[in-house]
Amino acid sequence: MLDAGFLFPPVNGRTHEVCGAGVYVFAFALMAQRGGYALWVREEWDTRQINPIGFAGFTEPSDVTVCNTSGQTETLAVAEEALRSAAVSLVVMTLNKPVGLTEGRRLQLAAREGKSTGLAIIPEGLGSNAAETRWRCTPVFDPGAASHDSTLQKWELIKNKSGTCGAWYVRWDPAARRIVMVPPPGKRAGFAPLPG
Amino acid sequence: MFDGIRRRVVSLWFPRLASERVLRRCPVDGPFALTLKQQNANRIYCLNTAASEQGLHPGMAYADARAFCPDLQSGAAEPEQDQLFLRLLCRWAARYCPWVGAEGTDGLVLDITGAAHLFGGEEAMLADMRMRLMRAGLSVQAGLADTRGAAWALAHYGEGIAPTGETLPSLKHLPIAALRIDEQISVTLQRLGVRSIGDLVDAARAPLNRRFGPALLRRLDQALGTEPEAISPQAPPPHYAVRMTLPEPIGLLSDVMTGAERLLLPLCDKLKSHEKGARELHLTLRRVDQGHQQVELRLARPLRDPQRILPLFERGLNEIDAGFGIDMLRLEATQVESLPVQQSSHVSDGGKDKLDDLISRLGTRIGLENIQRFLPADSHIPERSFIIAPAAYSEPARGWRSLKSRPLILFPPEPIAASGARPPKRFRWRRMSLATGRATGPERIAPEWWLEDDNWRSGLRDYWRVETIQGRRLWLFYTPQNPGWFVQGEFT
Repeated sequence: MLDAGFLFPPVNGRTHEVCGAGVYVFAFALMAQRGGYALWVREEWDTRQINPIGFAGFTEPSDVTVCNTSGQTETLAVAEEALRSAAVSLVVMTLNKPVGLTEGRRLQLAAREGKSTGLAIIPEGLGSNAAETRWRCTPVFDPGAASHDSTLQKWELIKNKSGTCGAWYVRWDPAARRIVMVPPPGKRAGFAPLPG
Repeated sequence: MFDGIRRRVVSLWFPRLASERVLRRCPVDGPFALTLKQQNANRIYCLNTAASEQGLHPGMAYADARAFCPDLQSGAAEPEQDQLFLRLLCRWAARYCPWVGAEGTDGLVLDITGAAHLFGGEEAMLADMRMRLMRAGLSVQAGLADTRGAAWALAHYGEGIAPTGETLPSLKHLPIAALRIDEQISVTLQRLGVRSIGDLVDAARAPLNRRFGPALLRRLDQALGTEPEAISPQAPPPHYAVRMTLPEPIGLLSDVMTGAERLLLPLCDKLKSHEKGARELHLTLRRVDQGHQQVELRLARPLRDPQRILPLFERGLNEIDAGFGIDMLRLEATQVESLPVQQSSHVSDGGKDKLDDLISRLGTRIGLENIQRFLPADSHIPERSFIIAPAAYSEPARGWRSLKSRPLILFPPEPIAASGARPPKRFRWRRMSLATGRATGPERIAPEWWLEDDNWRSGLRDYWRVETIQGRRLWLFYTPQNPGWFVQGEFT
């Protein structure tokens, strides 16, 4: 039951930003939505490792290629080249420092040229003005979930260059392999408000 | 095939090829031996003269040899290197005649028909070979005869020259083993009283054929020249390099790219004819001032398509300083892999080629080993349930199965303050206070005892999926044998 106002997936041929604790679901859901090959650019010192067994439910792990870079400059250069090449449909990059306007703009141009999507995973509050949209994803505890593997999240669109912002409650539907919208937890029967 | 000129064949035998190859590089005094591991025992493979005089022989156990000769110095044998060395000797021997072939693993055979007079006759020619090989530090035994078999026999059993047309008289007195026959056949023949080649020639052929099969008499006929035997010169291994010297120095990037393209076309044709693909290419540019600049290119896939390789050179060539101009280009495929011709299909491969080219391009920037892909692995240990392999040197593999739900990201275990076998009600992790809303578990994973792993020193692990009231869904584990709680991953 997708709402007409639900703006996922974000528009192709641009780069987007995402922050918060639930960024990985956003990235893999976008990967599943786009199909084709994806490139995951990370810095080599980062101890967080994406787990193919974990995201096999979202997308085929053999279609994901990982690049280890020595720093943010290299990350941006690799991402730009990959976006321009049109060989991959999605480039996910993890950034740890703020991105200048020039670099952000270059990513946009590269994505437009290669007709691919860029997604930057950024720390909270560090974005570039060049990004097309910025999302904040936070996992939400779902007391009413029957299954023990709930994936309820709150996705907020906090910046949108070409449209309105908004917030939605969503979860990943593993059978349909897509993101489905759900009513907010407060609207449901038998729901106790969150403590504190 | 008698054309008025009798063939003359030289056979060279290097009885100590392997040890002398090593000793050429670092000479030692006294007995020296090379050992090779055969059937779990170190055996003597090749010795020098001093060691042979001590009574050692090839094939004896190294331990025995040490007992016989305490001051024996030894090294490990490298048969592949010996073969390369023999190939070099092949090339060297081509100074005497064009027809040079390898004879087994430690000899050469040369067809010197019509070439001997250039060196002042056969005697002088052999003397010249011996002298040059002695200078190179190789001991050699040479035989010269009308046929390959006879020359081999003379080289191995009594050096000498069999004059033209007198093959049989010169071979008569040589032992049976000089016919290049099996050890077993030669022993059996000796038991029958057939000791020399002359005895064999006098024996009746039919019973011999029945008793030993056709191989024995074929060897005899080959040695005596009644059955022909060819010498096939070794073809040099294909060399994938092309060069171009320019009359006028060039310096523009577009000109150098054009030059590279002109070199690529013949190189790729050559690769195609050998069904190979280049994996690593070196483009060397020589400047007018004799300085050398090199562009190295490593590819994510073996390729031989000039249109796909050429754009990959652009980044490297951008960084080249042309100085006063470049007047020579040399392109070499330093690493080739077999790339069989495939039937082209009209079904696209879903952009796989594009992705490979992208990996090659990114590899020139950050190194091919930094571009990785996941391969499934069969293990319950979370961090070993997949393999990270360099994308350029592995094929994507499907077949991911997850029986249990696994977190999206893993990180090295981070300890939290908690006690007890049940997940804590409240805990602090990464400076956040979290409260457990729902916990699913435990899933017990035992360490793989057959592998050493420091991270699993704490023994068994009970994994829990903990959904916190604050929203984060974490993967915790408890180690009952060494109580402690850790966070190792995060679900969505």
